[in-house]
Amino acid sequence: MANRITLNMITQRSIEEGVAMEKGKTTPEYFEACSIIEMHDDDVKALGLVPNQLVRVTSECGSVVVKVVKGRQSLYPGLAFIPQGVWANQVVPPRTQATGEPQYSGFPVTVEPANGERRKSALELVQGAVGMWRGDQ
Amino acid sequence: MPKKIENVGCPYCGVCCDDLVVTVSDDGKKILEVENACAIGNQIFHHATGSERVKLPRLRQPDGTYKDISYDEAVDYAAKVLYNAKKPLIYGFGSTNCEGMAAAAKVAERAGAVLDNCASICHGSSFLAIFDNGYPSCTLGETKNRADVIVYWGANPAHAHPRHMSRYSIFPRGFFTGKGHKSRKIIVIDPRHTDTAQVADIYLQVKQGHDYDLFDAFRTAARGHEIPAEVAGIKREKILEVIEIMKKARFGTIFYGMGLCHSDGRNHNVDIAISLTRDLNDFTKWTIMAMRGHYNITGPGAVWSWQYGFPYCLDLTKKDIAHMNPGETSSVDLAMRDEVDAFVNIGTDAGAHFPIEAVKHLRKHPWITIDPNICMASEISDLHIPVGIVGVEVPGIVYRMDNVPIQYRKVIDPPEGVISDEELFERIFKRLGELEAEEAAKGPAKVAPVSVRAEE
Repeated sequence: MANRITLNMITQRSIEEGVAMEKGKTTPEYFEACSIIEMHDDDVKALGLVPNQLVRVTSECGSVVVKVVKGRQSLYPGLAFIPQGVWANQVVPPRTQATGEPQYSGFPVTVEPANGERRKSALELVQGAVGMWRGDQ
Repeated sequence: MPKKIENVGCPYCGVCCDDLVVTVSDDGKKILEVENACAIGNQIFHHATGSERVKLPRLRQPDGTYKDISYDEAVDYAAKVLYNAKKPLIYGFGSTNCEGMAAAAKVAERAGAVLDNCASICHGSSFLAIFDNGYPSCTLGETKNRADVIVYWGANPAHAHPRHMSRYSIFPRGFFTGKGHKSRKIIVIDPRHTDTAQVADIYLQVKQGHDYDLFDAFRTAARGHEIPAEVAGIKREKILEVIEIMKKARFGTIFYGMGLCHSDGRNHNVDIAISLTRDLNDFTKWTIMAMRGHYNITGPGAVWSWQYGFPYCLDLTKKDIAHMNPGETSSVDLAMRDEVDAFVNIGTDAGAHFPIEAVKHLRKHPWITIDPNICMASEISDLHIPVGIVGVEVPGIVYRMDNVPIQYRKVIDPPEGVISDEELFERIFKRLGELEAEEAAKGPAKVAPVSVRAEE
């Protein structure tokens, strides 16, 4: 059992994210729709994880804690998915290959169990990143 | 008695469904029911009359809280930020009408700003490929009426464009496609076995980031040349089977999405998709279409191309002399190089959808958000200006993903006092003119330091 594995990350829309986004990005629905990661069963087993366990995902430019869920849409081993949104964008590299488009899909991340950690809210992540987070209001 | 309004356009995705039926309460203030919309479109209409709407502009105070201010004060603040900035960036426009986009462009030109839209992080790669290689496309109506082979490549309409398949591509019975789904072959190519792949006749699980290789194999096989035993995770036999289906189609359409634009290769992936489409036209009729995201993200490309000759990443810092160079004048690149000193986020949410590193850079400077709703951008702004929701409270023209313009209507009034994007930008434009006149009355404006002039 590995402590940490490296996966190839993609981030794209999910309908749950779309519906929750229109309801509001500070809603519990948005939190549950977006602060998740989907992986292949082999990779989940390699990390010795159980469903709904939290993991820390780290890329070349950032890190975020998300929950492992079993998605309807299957991936092959080595590929991971976080729905587009606030949590995904904590780790999306801003490099654009001179096109303007960040590397939203196809960038390496490490995934490891996040024992004792918690998922942060969308506001905490974004306001925290720019020094405006004042705690739960 | 509640009123039913028919043929309403949906302000969610680029499919621009215009067959919604919206039931409005007796007093015309509440949306009671929305028929025909997908789950996301439905949510937009119902959210409009929710209690959490912001009804006045809000200005950030020194203690970090927001204070309500009047629209006049907000217009003055926004105009002064734009006027005093050397290189402001005005970005967004996925969710507004063409009238608002044209008014914003006037503001950008007067302020000497960079003007960019969400294509910059979405189908901007498609623009680059289309400039290089053309766009053998069609309308969605042609696909519905003629196509017997449909390819979805790096696109997941079941989640991102929920009614695309039922209105235009897979299920509808068209003029020459009377058997609907039964007469069509559906091919889905994606690294994930998506919900869209569930309805495919053939699903190819391409290795992520290797789309270019697979396109190249299809092009090679179409010309009858040898290809390797396996390309991008797909066996030779499968590639040959699919290319034969494509060559024998009566009419085909390739719909492609972010899987091509967001992965390594970017515009080159789209470029070779266009080349494959062109190659297939040696055998039969094939077309290609970008799965544009927002309901009017095709709009700024049309409006600004007409105004300035470029669809996005417009540098108007020299006012009426426009230039465009993605990589240099694109929003995320400008942010990462710290080249802009004010940011206006309009009809999008850069706070949630830009990589957080870009958000951090932009937030070093004044940040104004123009949006009907509370979003991540509004919650880190210096100023949040609420506006009416286009397609629900504000009418206007939008461009569907196939470049077909559609007149949207409104079904209810915006909250009392809340204005449209267009009116807001017209008022900022006017205030900018007043600031210029005030400055001109004082004497020579914005004189460069003598030493700089001497060096020039």
